[in-house]
Order: sequence, then C-alpha cells, then structure tokens
Amino acid sequence: MRADPAEYRLVSPGNLQAVLSLMASEPAQWLPIAGGTDVMVLYSAGKLPNRKLLNIWNIPELRQIEVFPDRIRIGAACTYTALRQHEIVSREFPLLATAASWTGGIANQNRGTLGGNIANASPAADSLPALLVYDAEVTLISVRGERRVAYRNFHTDYKQTALAADELIRDISLPRRFSGYISHARKVGARNAQAISKVCLAALGQISNGTIRDVRLAMGSVAPIPLCLTKTERALLGKQIEPSLIDSARRTVAKEIRPIDDIRSTARYRAAVAGNLVAEFLEKLVASETNT
Amino acid sequence: MNPLPETSATYEISFSVNGEVKKVFALPMERLLDVLRNDLKLTGTKEGCGEGECGSCSVLLDGMLVNSCLVPVAQANGATVVTIEGISVHAKMKYLQEAFLECGGAQCGICTPGMILAAVHLLEKKPEPALADIREGLAGNLCRCTGYMQIFEAVTNAARRKVTK
Repeated sequence: MRADPAEYRLVSPGNLQAVLSLMASEPAQWLPIAGGTDVMVLYSAGKLPNRKLLNIWNIPELRQIEVFPDRIRIGAACTYTALRQHEIVSREFPLLATAASWTGGIANQNRGTLGGNIANASPAADSLPALLVYDAEVTLISVRGERRVAYRNFHTDYKQTALAADELIRDISLPRRFSGYISHARKVGARNAQAISKVCLAALGQISNGTIRDVRLAMGSVAPIPLCLTKTERALLGKQIEPSLIDSARRTVAKEIRPIDDIRSTARYRAAVAGNLVAEFLEKLVASETNT
Repeated sequence: MNPLPETSATYEISFSVNGEVKKVFALPMERLLDVLRNDLKLTGTKEGCGEGECGSCSVLLDGMLVNSCLVPVAQANGATVVTIEGISVHAKMKYLQEAFLECGGAQCGICTPGMILAAVHLLEKKPEPALADIREGLAGNLCRCTGYMQIFEAVTNAARRKVTK
C-alpha cells in the first residue's frame, strides 16, 4: 500500500550541528535521508518504519572529497557520480570507481551516496567490498564527538552496524597506498546493467617472480555482511601461484563464505562462482607479470 | 536557517520549473513526481515503476538527471527543475525529436519523456557519444515496446546532426 505523505515528517536543518542535535534529542527516531534511492523506495511501498526523516542532502560538509598526501576523505553524502568524476578516485581507487559505475543507472548514480550505501548495509552492495580492500576507515559523528572505526569492523551482522542511535556517518577515509597494486573488480548478476549482484569481488594484489607479495580480497552477496576473505588471503600470501594453489584457494573461499539461497541465486552457485572469481583474479595476477 | 516546519503540514515550496518560479503548497514527503503532475499539471513526466528502476519519471534537478519518484519535494525547494515540457525549447531537442521520429524511437510513449531527458543529459556531457556511452546513459530507462536499438540509433543520429550542423 502506498504511503500517505501526511503521516511522515521531513525536516531540513541545513547544517551538520543542527542535524546532530536533533538526532541526539530523540535517538533512533530520525532517519537521515540524502539522495533517497533506498529510503524513498521503502517509503513509496509503505514499508518505511520511520515516520521522522532528516534531510542531509543539503549539508555541504558531507558532499566534499578532500585529498591529503596520505589519504582521501570522502564525505558520506558524495554521490556515485561525484566518485566516478573524481580524478584521484578513478586513478588510485579504480575498484571504487568501477563499483560506482555498476550502481544503478545514471539517475540513481546522481542521487545515491556512498554513506547511504554503507548505512543501508546491504550485503549485496557493490561498492562495499571495494571499501574493505582499500582499508577504509569511517568517521562517525554525534553531539558527543567523533570516532573513527575501521570499516572492516563496521558491519556486525545482517543489517547491523557499529552506528550508535545518535550517530551519523560523516566521511569515509581511504589511505593512498594501493596505486601500485593490481586490481580486479568483478560482478556476476543476471544481466550486465543494473542487476543486483549474485556475487561480486573486489581484489587487490602484488606479485613478483610469481609469488604473491600482498593480497586483499572482499566479496558481496556471499554472507550476511560484505565479507573480507581473510582466511583465503592468509592461505595465498607469500605463495607461488600455480594450478594447485588456485585449486586450494577455490576450496578455502568456499569454506570461508556463508552464501544463502534467495531470489537471485543459490548458495551452491554462489560458492562455485566465488571460487571462480578468485581463480580469475589469481590468473590475472600471473598475467600482469608476464605482460610486463 | 530552518526553512522547513517540523510538522507534516503543507508548506510553501518555491522552485524554478522550466524557467518559471513556481510556488506550491505541499507536504514535505510528497514525491516531486506527484507535485509536478498533480499540482503543476505537467503530465509529460510519467510514472512507471515508482521505485527508481525504470526512468519514466526522469527530470533534471539542478541540471542532474534524477528519478522524480525518489525525490521528496522538500529537497526540490529552491532548486531548478526541468521536465519534458521545459526541454522542448532546448537547443538539442529539435535534433532528438527529428531523430526519434525518423528512427522509430517511440511507440507507446510512456518511456519517451525519460529517454529524451536522459539523452539530453548525456549529450550535454558528451556531445559525441560512442554507442557504449549511449547504452550507459540510457541504462536506467526501460522500454517495453519500441526496442532499444531504434532508441540508441536515434540518439546516435541526433548527436551526429548536432555535430555536423
């Protein structure tokens, strides 16, 4: 049933302090809304539990991308379009720029935000594995102050996060130390454009003389949260890439993920594809050396 | 600094629509789509899916292509909105209209306003788009009858006309 707009409040404080004050005065009551690409879908379907909404689309400090010598800081309300257009993001964080290009069509990329994607906490979100492998840190802010949380500790269970009831995600910070890595982004969905992933992989690696010097792997849609494949990483680090290693990596991946059957795919298919994607990445790592 | 009341009562929204300042009384969570169609009688903007998947309700909000079904009208307060009615005076419109007619790029017409808006948004950013650019630029606009090839061809032709003329 369609929602009745008269049953909902939407306020636009216009500045960050006023937003945080309102969130502190009635914790967990006010739902921040930026581009609305998730919130408005639930709202229109009459499935939005919150009746009080807080407009953060027009807060300038949440829309900036700041570049520092050692990191970039992406305001939580930066859109996918802003990410795709940003020179440093495209050059040094191609997995994030690629994931941004996968997220919906142009109209949704013009409105959907990185902070919104994180707060919505879908395990199928395409940009979240990229943030995991780039070792992102999120800054959470409230009237009590701000704190930084390693992004890999942010998602605690299905749709559960480290965000307190009065906190807002202010920015996402990425260290600028991955530009020398081979990167691999791969999404498998029912079709190319605009399909929610069955499995998606973000991977970074360094190889010399056939040996894996560093490897970072994260996947979407294979667990209740966007998942770092830490066991697979450990099993690969320092090893020579050869067929037997690739085979055992497939098995480690299958053991490490926790996929489910749902409307988009089956657990069995997801496990097979997850192994294939990691194998494909390892082959790309080998090829990167033979090509140069 | 707080232009909006903290109630769900209607309040005055003032924005530029197709070059004219419009004032409407609306609830903050009304969809921009509904305000355009019902209050301003701009029915060229269509509702398809109502959940941001199909692009029928595309408009330009401060120059950016958006799905107006996903925009609470309060977020359009003070903004500039261009709908299919307003795009008719756009410099690229003549070429797009001719090309859509010649290539058979429209059939039932529900997706067409959104396709045109997405095409204008694309051509403003990329005046000479490759086919891949057109496919990407229109990927958020679904058509269930014309078929995409005629639409892609129409946008290709419109871009070519713009360049050669």
